[in-house]
Amino acid sequence: MASVAIRDVRKAFGATHVIHGVNITINDGEFVVLVGPSGCGKSTLLRMIAGLENISGGEIRIGDRVVNNVPPKERDIAMVFQNYALYPHMTVAANMGFSLKLRKASKDEIDSRVNRAAEILGLQPLLGRYPRQLSGGQRQRVAMGRAIVRDPQVFLFDEPLSNLDAKLRVQMRTEIKELHQRLKTTTVYVTHDQIEAMTMADKIVVMHDGLVEQIGAPLELYDKPDNLFVAGFIGSPAMNFLKGNVKANGKLEFVGPSNTRLPLGKAPASSDGRPAVYGVRPEHFTIADDGAEAEIQVVEPTGSEIQVVAKLGGEDVIAVFRERHQFKPGEKIRLKPNPSLVHLFDAATGKRLTA
Amino acid sequence: MTDFALGRTSAKAPPRESTAWDRLMVNRNWLGFWFMVPAAGFLIFFLAYPLGLGVWMSFTDTRIGRAGVFIGLENYQWLADDSIFWLSVFNTILYTTVASIIKFAVGLYLAILLNEHLPFKAIIRAAVLIPFIVPTVLSALAFWWIFDSQFSIISWSLKQMGLIDHNIDFLGNANNARATVIFANIWRGIPFVAITLLAGLQTVSPSLYEAATIDGANRWQMFRSITLPLLTPIIAVVMTFSVLFTFTDFQLIWAMTRGGPVNATHLMATLSYQRAIISGFLGEGAAISTAMIPFLLAAIMVSWFGLQRRKWQQGEAND
Repeated sequence: MASVAIRDVRKAFGATHVIHGVNITINDGEFVVLVGPSGCGKSTLLRMIAGLENISGGEIRIGDRVVNNVPPKERDIAMVFQNYALYPHMTVAANMGFSLKLRKASKDEIDSRVNRAAEILGLQPLLGRYPRQLSGGQRQRVAMGRAIVRDPQVFLFDEPLSNLDAKLRVQMRTEIKELHQRLKTTTVYVTHDQIEAMTMADKIVVMHDGLVEQIGAPLELYDKPDNLFVAGFIGSPAMNFLKGNVKANGKLEFVGPSNTRLPLGKAPASSDGRPAVYGVRPEHFTIADDGAEAEIQVVEPTGSEIQVVAKLGGEDVIAVFRERHQFKPGEKIRLKPNPSLVHLFDAATGKRLTA
Repeated sequence: MTDFALGRTSAKAPPRESTAWDRLMVNRNWLGFWFMVPAAGFLIFFLAYPLGLGVWMSFTDTRIGRAGVFIGLENYQWLADDSIFWLSVFNTILYTTVASIIKFAVGLYLAILLNEHLPFKAIIRAAVLIPFIVPTVLSALAFWWIFDSQFSIISWSLKQMGLIDHNIDFLGNANNARATVIFANIWRGIPFVAITLLAGLQTVSPSLYEAATIDGANRWQMFRSITLPLLTPIIAVVMTFSVLFTFTDFQLIWAMTRGGPVNATHLMATLSYQRAIISGFLGEGAAISTAMIPFLLAAIMVSWFGLQRRKWQQGEAND
């Protein structure tokens, strides 16, 4: 096991710069998720840690060693690929033991390590099968088994669950997390799915356009997003954003679109009249007489909650209620954001204003 | 509601028992049979019938201009005592074995090379196909000149460089002639092998090589453990065709040496042509051709087992 340090790492493909100086510290035994929309550079960064891509600038350390010029096989890492990359002509056991065979380990050692990994993942009955004869979830598990057998310093996962169906994805998510709790190997996990990031990570790194937007624990990112991008990316359904101005003279308020008055818990000093973006999560609305008037557009019950799309000051907002309100489209309701849970962002920079 | 529905039904004519003809008209197999007829017709008329006729002729003493009579295995008994026939069998096996092995080795090498990121990749790939595109007889004529005993450019160049002092007799010496026609066959056959294997290489997912890189494989180990096993199905197909084409080769030999010098390059195909068409002994020529069948069947059997779906290819498709 080892820590991983990424210092001012840059990547360019010819003239195209895809990663512009990224700094991440991954502690020993930590489960870190790199999350971001497609094209944000998260997979490229993972491949740079693995050694599959050259590092154009900066430095990556695994443990105490700078690995910029160390070939992949000497980095002591194991990677699980999105399409699993299982060798189709080898049995499950041969797939898992391939790296040991290349290292000229004895047959007994290969067998015992493969068996131990198979035991951890419940793969013993499948050891003699070929990848084609396995289901998606089983292939996924074999790919993990291949990584475990090597007993590496760092596990790298590149969107490992995106080829699975929704139900299996939830199940494998739990399995991977459980596996990490058991093995405690440093793990870097790439995904575009913020739910995966939230549920699995010790620490989330949100990336966007080749830059790190915010690093933090899942709930920290949820409660205190540093900027509009993180606020909109983490959480589902996404946070509602309303443009307007802060009003600090007299009662502290936010003046939203069409002069809608919205409550504000706190605001930075001397921000009266400052243009800002008001962010409120769908689950932080309540129905109250002193709320802002909104017209219901669509009602989407999911069973456990009701999701409502409504027009507030001419803007679409989404609100989620756990109570079973009997809403109808066209109905007028009064939505009140919880003032202690709203977020305020600078209109120009998108940076968080409230502490 | 019910009455209305019933009324409508009774207004219709009662459904007729479906006849055998009706069933035939909707039978997919019957339709499939008619789609197959033209292809089967062509195959029977242009392949099966000539083959059958050839085999029949090999049991007769037919000559050009004279219908023969059945003479049983007499042609084969003749051939068994014919040293030229056995020489042609030896030549054919030598020609096929050496040419196929080299075509495979060089073809695979070229395919791997072309699969790398080379500058001007598309142009190089197209250039590799040239020997395949040029009509065989044309390339054979070109080789004839290249290896001519007096005007050979190779002899000329070597003389200019001072490496030799007289022309090499490429096509006049038995072993030189064998090497020369094998070389020409290899030149012509490589593109087919290389391009087909290249197509096979491109079906191998790059992530397998990445996984192998992380597993610690070097280039040679990747080739041995991943590329080659994944390529075996296509190698079986390519080499079957390559062996069949080489074994039955006629054009190159006929254009370059006509089987000479002193039958040193006669293949079974060229000997059969010479006996049957040039000399007019159709029966004997047919017997030589028929004698090729067991060899070809053996080659097909090898590929048949080579082409069997391997265990790892069975099961569900890789989705």
